Amino acid sequence: MTKRIVEQQSETLIFELSDKTRRSSSLAPDVDVSEVCKHLPEHLLRTQQLELPQVGELQVVRHYTRLSQKNFSIDSHFYPLGSCTMKYNPRVCNTLAQLPGLIGRHPMAHTSMSQGVMSCLFDLQSMLKAATGMKQVSLTPMAGAQGELAGVAMIRAYHDNNNDTLRSEIIVPDAAHGTNPATAVMCGYKVREIPTNEQGDIDLDALEKIIGPQTAGIMLTNPSTLGVFERKIKLIADMIHKAGGLLYYDGANLNAILGKVKPGDMGFDVIHMNLHKTFSTPHGGGGPGAGPVGVSERLQPFLPVPIVGHNEQAYYWITEQELPLSIGHLSAWMGNIGILLRAYIYALLLGREGMERVADYATLNANYLLKRLSDAGFEIAFPERRASHEFILTLRKEAKEYGTTAMDFAKRLLDYGYHAPTTYFPLLVPECFLIEPTETESRDTLDAFVEALSKIREEAEKSPDLLKNAPFELPVRRLDDVKAARELDLNYYKSY
Amino acid sequence: MPYIPHTPDEVQQMLAAIGVDSIDDLFDEIPQALRCASLTAIPAGQSEMLVQRLLSEKALLDGTPMCFAGGGAYEHHIPAALWEIATRGEFYSAYTPYQAEASQGTLQVIYEFQSMIASLTAMDISNASLYDGASGLAEAVLMAVRANRKAKSKRILMPENVSPVYRQVVETIVKNQGITLELINFDPASGTIDMSTLSAQSEPFAALVIPQPDYFGSIEEVHQLTDWAHEHGGLVIAQVNPIALALFEAPGNWGAEGADIAVGEGQPLGVPLSSGGPYIGFIACKQKLVRQMPGRIVGRTVDLDGKSGFTLTLQAREQHIRRSKATSNICTNQGLMATAVTLYLAFLGADGLQKVAAACVANTQKLIARLETVPGIEFPFGRHVFHEFVVSLDVDVNRVLESLAEQDIVGGINISGQFSLANNACENLLLICVTETKTEDELHFFTRTLNDVLCRLRGSQPDDHQEEEQLRRNNDD
Repeated sequence: MTKRIVEQQSETLIFELSDKTRRSSSLAPDVDVSEVCKHLPEHLLRTQQLELPQVGELQVVRHYTRLSQKNFSIDSHFYPLGSCTMKYNPRVCNTLAQLPGLIGRHPMAHTSMSQGVMSCLFDLQSMLKAATGMKQVSLTPMAGAQGELAGVAMIRAYHDNNNDTLRSEIIVPDAAHGTNPATAVMCGYKVREIPTNEQGDIDLDALEKIIGPQTAGIMLTNPSTLGVFERKIKLIADMIHKAGGLLYYDGANLNAILGKVKPGDMGFDVIHMNLHKTFSTPHGGGGPGAGPVGVSERLQPFLPVPIVGHNEQAYYWITEQELPLSIGHLSAWMGNIGILLRAYIYALLLGREGMERVADYATLNANYLLKRLSDAGFEIAFPERRASHEFILTLRKEAKEYGTTAMDFAKRLLDYGYHAPTTYFPLLVPECFLIEPTETESRDTLDAFVEALSKIREEAEKSPDLLKNAPFELPVRRLDDVKAARELDLNYYKSY
Repeated sequence: MPYIPHTPDEVQQMLAAIGVDSIDDLFDEIPQALRCASLTAIPAGQSEMLVQRLLSEKALLDGTPMCFAGGGAYEHHIPAALWEIATRGEFYSAYTPYQAEASQGTLQVIYEFQSMIASLTAMDISNASLYDGASGLAEAVLMAVRANRKAKSKRILMPENVSPVYRQVVETIVKNQGITLELINFDPASGTIDMSTLSAQSEPFAALVIPQPDYFGSIEEVHQLTDWAHEHGGLVIAQVNPIALALFEAPGNWGAEGADIAVGEGQPLGVPLSSGGPYIGFIACKQKLVRQMPGRIVGRTVDLDGKSGFTLTLQAREQHIRRSKATSNICTNQGLMATAVTLYLAFLGADGLQKVAAACVANTQKLIARLETVPGIEFPFGRHVFHEFVVSLDVDVNRVLESLAEQDIVGGINISGQFSLANNACENLLLICVTETKTEDELHFFTRTLNDVLCRLRGSQPDDHQEEEQLRRNNDD
């Protein structure tokens, strides 16, 4: 069993491959360090020996190639992580975004040497406006959460600009992403939570009661995090607007409605889009993202800068000189342009028909998977509702009967070669899986997933320990999270 | 259909299984009045070949100019193997490592990243990264205010020689939380933080930001500044260039007690210029501040068999658990960029990083020596710098940069009029950066071209410049 011996070894850390006396690199310039240091102020030089691994190039390549093989990824596995839209990241987007003229451009290069990249960004702004029905777009936020921050900051700037300073509350549904309340607090607002009713819609009576002159706005995701479309959205928009508040659209689930319904038409004043979801830019193991914001006419003066403008002569940067009421800068330059280019390339490839097909097939796949799982006997959280691009399955029956939690199912799925769906979110459905297959998966993959989950339920019944002790087939067994938090080991150099 | 694998038969079978006639029926819960017409304003889709052609044309339009601009974005050599590895699908197309057992690659990389950043900064703990250096500084400010309750102050002492755009970003992110930024002047003779303005501060403050090097490239007296802040009850936020740290004292060893938080832009470590993003902010701190740290943190632990492995930890600080009480609304780190930084530091090692830093210093001093031979160029803040320096010109800087752009040179950053000094010397300021990527020939070419441009703009003859001869003479002095 040679294979097992290899698998059971812990992976070496790069530091353990290091030898301080190794000098092999053709990667560093040829320079006499001590000679250079003679001319620098001695009392400001480094006193402690710099500790970094000294490893040969092949050993570095091999170490990180091996590490990469310990990851699940879209390229290698079905990854139905609800709310994260793990769809295929076309390789061509990466290849073209790395063309020398694009990847090597300094952010302060003169606009005369930047017309190429600026034209791409301008066109992306236009396409995002068209897809969302918003009046203007700023591409600068570097992630969804930063887009949220920009959005709520604009709501605040709008009220402040109207001397409407008593508005102190942001309304957030209990099912919302955690970023919503966290963002509202970062913008100096108090958070008011509203409950969701049994059908998965917002409880309008509860909403009615908390709306008032203190309401600055509401943050909504639609389709919601429950995987259903908020049917009364127009009514909600009217209620909030009548009270003088504004509506914020969390674009996490934009993939579900692309080309079907636009946030602008639903009555939203400000939105953010997660380009790493809907426009298929890479998730990269947790970033970089890109979270452009779009606004209705009344919030246009407050958009974060810079934005790309265009006049008869050329593309130019719209800055705070032109937008004096702007909430300001969110990054040193204009956000994650390399990511924005990937989204632009993706949008060009898809075009309008392709974008409409995104929502079509994402919704088809989700509803098909829901039906198959429901037929297989799994409990769907909102069975009477149409799934959007994702849906919730609850394993509370299995938890009660077999003592196996949603987490146990998730870990066992890994053994079957599937990344687990989002677990325990949204918080109001017990033992839940939030499942988002995306449009790029084939029917065969969905069928195989249903089979795997059904098999795991059989295991839960017959030998629940298979689930409770899973995974077995991965580089490590289940990890001790409690130990990780109690006995902090966050830094190799401090840990030995 | 691009990226959709369904055959017509499969679609029919799937619809039949669901029990609807058409895909459109699946949208029946969206009120009809809200449904939009076709996205006509968006162009029709194009083939990969045509898109490739279009993008190549746009890339050619911008070209590959010779770059002497820095200001927070730096051109360094990137090992060829780096992005080959970083963009492997297993890194590129994975998500935040929520399922630790299926993400040991990403998690171990981040643990190594955290260790390397902690080592560079001589701090105890680094997080898994933030969006970029500017927003990282904002997070450091928020963290310092949370951590320094004793000061009972939400004032931050912010030197004016911290990047102006960094200061703007901090303002945007923290202004709605009652935090104020108190501007600290710099000494007009050196460009470094003016100790006397600092000493005049009598009100309590939460933290002092110390840039090293500062926006003008100058080396700050970090020990003195750190001790002053600590004596007056403030924390110290070190805003540092990671390559400079290969030679200059690490924040953890500044003054008697060391800085409390170190933050900076990680882009110089293997991330391409890419028009300003995606970059990567790093943040590190002393052990006692770990629970105030924003963003993801990876810890080493053991599995059921006692074998070591890695997992996200201290998640009780974060938005998905704490919601409105979280330390920040941040959910992502810059995973792919953190992977690149880890690879860069592994490829270069301590020895290689010191050489890169030293080559930056050496090249910068070479260019300064050359520019000293050019009439009309002054050095208002001297030459004690890392790899950037300020020159004042006797002609309009924008016109200079335009003319250099015509010669395919990014000549630096115009920083005129951005600082509060009532000093004529602050007009026509150009910030120039030189890294290890420049050759002697390029330094010569830049000097000659800049001289030609200056002469042309002021209407004098360009051929009166004897660079090499003057250089030799200066060296002999």
